[in-house]
Amino acid sequence: MSKYKVMTGNYGIAYGAALSRVELISAYPITPQTSIVEKLSEMVETGSLKAKFVRVESEHSALAACVGGASAGARCFTATSSHGLLYMNEMVFWAGYARLPMVMAVITRSLGPPWGIWSEHTDLLAQRDTGWISMLAQTNQEALDSVIQAYMITEDPDVLLPVMIGLDAFIVSHTAVPVDVPDQDSVDAFLPKNRVPGFLLDFDEPKTMGNMTYPEWNMEFRYEMEAAMKAAQRKIVEVDRKFGDAFGRSYGGLVELYRMEDAKYAVVVAGAHAGEAKDAVDELRSEGIDAGVARVRFLRPFPKDALREALGGMKGVAVVDRDLSPGLGGIIRAELSSALYGMKRPPQVRGFIAGLGGRDISVDDIKEAIVVTTKSSEAGEDEWMDLRRENL
Amino acid sequence: MTQRSKQVPFSTPTLGSGGDTSSWRTEKPVLDESKCINCLFCWMYCPEGSIKRAEKVVYIDYQYCKGCGICMNECPPKAIVMVKEE
Amino acid sequence: MVLKVRDLPNEEYWLSGNPSCHGCPAALGLRIALKALGPKTVMVVPAGCATIIQGTFPKTSARVPLLNIAFAASASSASGVAAALELKGAVNTNVMVWAGDGATSDIGMASLSGAAERNENIIYVCYDNEAYMNTGIQRSSSTPIGAWTTTTTTGKTEAKKDVPAILLTHHVPYVATASVAFPLDFAEKLQKAAKIRGFKYIHLHAPCPPGWKFASEKTIEVGKLAVQTGCWILYEVENGVYKLSTPSLPFTNKERRKPIELYLKLQGRFAKMTDEEKAKFQAAIEEGWISAANNARAGRLFSPR
Repeated sequence: MSKYKVMTGNYGIAYGAALSRVELISAYPITPQTSIVEKLSEMVETGSLKAKFVRVESEHSALAACVGGASAGARCFTATSSHGLLYMNEMVFWAGYARLPMVMAVITRSLGPPWGIWSEHTDLLAQRDTGWISMLAQTNQEALDSVIQAYMITEDPDVLLPVMIGLDAFIVSHTAVPVDVPDQDSVDAFLPKNRVPGFLLDFDEPKTMGNMTYPEWNMEFRYEMEAAMKAAQRKIVEVDRKFGDAFGRSYGGLVELYRMEDAKYAVVVAGAHAGEAKDAVDELRSEGIDAGVARVRFLRPFPKDALREALGGMKGVAVVDRDLSPGLGGIIRAELSSALYGMKRPPQVRGFIAGLGGRDISVDDIKEAIVVTTKSSEAGEDEWMDLRRENL
Repeated sequence: MTQRSKQVPFSTPTLGSGGDTSSWRTEKPVLDESKCINCLFCWMYCPEGSIKRAEKVVYIDYQYCKGCGICMNECPPKAIVMVKEE
Repeated sequence: MVLKVRDLPNEEYWLSGNPSCHGCPAALGLRIALKALGPKTVMVVPAGCATIIQGTFPKTSARVPLLNIAFAASASSASGVAAALELKGAVNTNVMVWAGDGATSDIGMASLSGAAERNENIIYVCYDNEAYMNTGIQRSSSTPIGAWTTTTTTGKTEAKKDVPAILLTHHVPYVATASVAFPLDFAEKLQKAAKIRGFKYIHLHAPCPPGWKFASEKTIEVGKLAVQTGCWILYEVENGVYKLSTPSLPFTNKERRKPIELYLKLQGRFAKMTDEEKAKFQAAIEEGWISAANNARAGRLFSPR
């Protein structure tokens, strides 16, 4: 038995973590993540969630506490955003390279200067080299469900890589909609306890983790990370399917496809503006353009095969990046183009930069991106959408 | 399934983690057992744990001793002298 | 419990043949600490000398579970370890941070303060060799005034940061200073700390032969002189009550303190110390004893919550 509650994406994350019976939460407040940790703190203090909450003095310490906790076998959770994630960055690498299972919610928010609190994906994508599995959820429901799925994935013995779940600032984090909250028994049946290997608990055969390692030993550990990412691709699909069996909802695994079966043009997006993309595609269909949406759910492992399969044969692909790597352009566009390279007939990929600093991405914006893509035969530079040229 | 030990760099407790540290010596401590009062100060102060407790007096385990000389310096009856290594 | 040499367990938990320098106080400190606390001790070690003296993979000189962690993160990761151990029902276990002065008084100060303020159930040992020794003797805020380091070649101009004093303002149940030259006093303090629930801080003076520039056999001698000249005061504050430790008691009396020159001349790092710097060093010693006396009188000022 599950029940519908009206809740924000942030509360979806909090309920997902609580249902996953997280044991150790360590977090530092930052807008717009705060309501996640406030909710979890309330759950711990009222006793509805039996967990320890370490109210650390910085984000770097938040993830350090999770690294310590996971090394001693605890199921750990944290959440952050933007500059908090950046401040934590050293420990993000540490958790990934230490192969520790844990889940972190990242409310994707633009970076400064200047200060801004609205959505952009650059903060999340800037972590793409850390060895974390990383995903962006589109909806509040997916946010809740993804936390449970994430613990299944991260603690799988063939994976053992931490998972970060991105949610667009305010659009998903703070907008309240009805969310189906699974019941605890069903989640317990889906997600077993005590799956975190805690080497620090072993006093019989004590081990040291991470002391100086010469080059002749080090490379193989990185190879294993790459192997784990490959295993993760399978596990992500498997977990999503099993979640669907158990709870009646699944999201397409690595990439969610919308009206792609007979599409000739695709728009590739991640996160909340996939909603606008789906509306755009619906409108274009009625205007005679056979378009579809490939929503990249997972940025790492980068779903190369899934995207090749989905986009192979397309006449054109528009990528709408809500992120920027200055000097390269749109990150998802760049990674997609690289993934498609080598196909016999790769689709033409056109990049669009939109929504930076939280600027609105409208249905019309995405329609325009797709229409432009239908008209052009050359890829060219990334096009910047909705730019106020009078300010340049 | 990959073994956990292949995924994560775990080291196991081993003597000589720094290699053959006895080769670091330029001089070695030599104990005159007749002078030893078995106060165990040298055993306590040795950074390497190279002085071992025994029945009557201590003995020096040269396997990893680096020849730092602390035992010589701290021995109350001056039962230890430092002798140049060959 | 007042320990005698024979009371220290025979078993070694920090193994011989590790890469520590000749006469290394950190290695000695670890040998003693693990004898005092026993094998059910989880160590958390940030970057520093203690990282290197574990040896290289796949070997370690630690016979206890040990988590290597990033430089600034020892107190916070130890907080997570302690919480998890409790969640997993591990009883009678210690969590010991073994952090150098750089990791403690500089880069890790925020996470140290945070863990102390939260009264996390850990034992935090700062082994203080008074500089960033592992990276080649650069100055830290724990380097004393006038000392040579590679980044203060004409002598450090600032006084040594008093980290134990900072910990006193955090209302933790136990703060102590110790020295590798007085291993039994150190061991007693660790065993006392292990019985207390909450944040325990021990600041361990660790004279470093290559860094302070003295012959390796003199590690203990230099450490003893630090106490005998009065420049290193051994004390503990347990539940707010300040108590001088036995080795430092005679030196409350200024007349009984050995001349500071005896300490300084043994160490090459003070060779170029100017008279002005020596005067400041001496003045700092006086100040240290005045505040020690004040702390003793203040008593409950630093009492825990």
